[in-house]
Amino acid sequence: MNKLQIILSGIIRNNPTFVLVLGMCPTLGTTTSAINGMGMGLATMAVLIMSNFFISLIKNIVPDKVRIPAFIVVIASFVTVIQMLMQAFVPALYATLGVFIPLIVVNCIILGRAEAFASKNSPFDSLLDGVGIGLGFTLSLTTIGAVREILGGGAIFGVDLGIGDYTPLIFVLAPGAFLVLGYLMVLFNKLAKK
Amino acid sequence: MKSTLFNMTAVLLGITFVASAGVGLVNMITVDPIAQAEQAAKTAALTEVLPAFDKTETSVLTLDEIPTTVYTATLEGQVAGYAVEAVSKAGFGGEIRLMVGFTAEGKVNNVNVLKQTETPGLGTNMTKEDNPLLKGVKGFDLSTKKLVNGRLAVTKDGGDVDALTAATISSRAYVDAINRAWDAYKSVAQGAGAAENQSANEPAAQEGGENE
Repeated sequence: MNKLQIILSGIIRNNPTFVLVLGMCPTLGTTTSAINGMGMGLATMAVLIMSNFFISLIKNIVPDKVRIPAFIVVIASFVTVIQMLMQAFVPALYATLGVFIPLIVVNCIILGRAEAFASKNSPFDSLLDGVGIGLGFTLSLTTIGAVREILGGGAIFGVDLGIGDYTPLIFVLAPGAFLVLGYLMVLFNKLAKK
Repeated sequence: MKSTLFNMTAVLLGITFVASAGVGLVNMITVDPIAQAEQAAKTAALTEVLPAFDKTETSVLTLDEIPTTVYTATLEGQVAGYAVEAVSKAGFGGEIRLMVGFTAEGKVNNVNVLKQTETPGLGTNMTKEDNPLLKGVKGFDLSTKKLVNGRLAVTKDGGDVDALTAATISSRAYVDAINRAWDAYKSVAQGAGAAENQSANEPAAQEGGENE
């Protein structure tokens, strides 16, 4: 598999949200607006790239039976690092995403890629896989967030589209998250098959 | 790799050691910027809600078991106003934290939303300029408003503060936080008087069948 294919596979063929259907908790929880979805996607991507790379480096010295605890320690450390960096340097984004950042530790995409890819491939390929899957996750979350924001709030990235106050509220509430996710999943898989 | 008691223990010990050292290092780097960012946010909020001041004095009160911080701002030794950091736990999406500024005469100077996790497009409108909630309190001496049991209230509950469109619960929580700030202001600025109003103030935020 060449390098570009690894990245593209993360965005389309192995898209974490629409194809692998992993990490549904942050997907449904943070996509109330496009900017929140994008922030969550980028934070996850940063953790994923670092954890994939590092786990691939240590894969040959970790005994099989303690594989999972070892990976979780690595992932949790990177999440803590990201959280502290965000709090220090982008406090505004941290204020909106704060509660969801620690939850990246238990996002199944991260551990899933560690198990399925990083523990079998070279550090550089694992890093690229982190970029690809991270981009796939970010694009999916931004799309879901944008659709929900437009339909439910009449705005995109906080810019009012002038549709008025009579947009269906349900799209920014929890049921709207499931509806939008479901329809986008259908659409994505139909387009991806071609 | 084959697992033995020795290599499992050694590898886990090694990984946790390196990980904690790394996290500790980043903490050393970020601890100052984090404190500065928090301080800057607080100072910005104080500047926004208060009239011109050059010094603040902090006092912490406990109202309804919630610690409430009151900043007494002075300009050249004269009291310029009071800023109260008040919390309401009755929000739709969690707690709402407001910084409420009072002038020395007791009028609401301005309100800043420090933290809220309300629904985007609905409850989050409380952070916009010129939203009906802010308009309902800004520039008023709260005791001249239409009060319900001595408390400020939204129109739906018999008061005269207009709620945000389709966000009644968020609006009630906002007003609840303003009421708490008012109590804290009264007990600091006027000494007594706040204690009597303490009990009859729970907003009816749990009613069913309402939009947010």
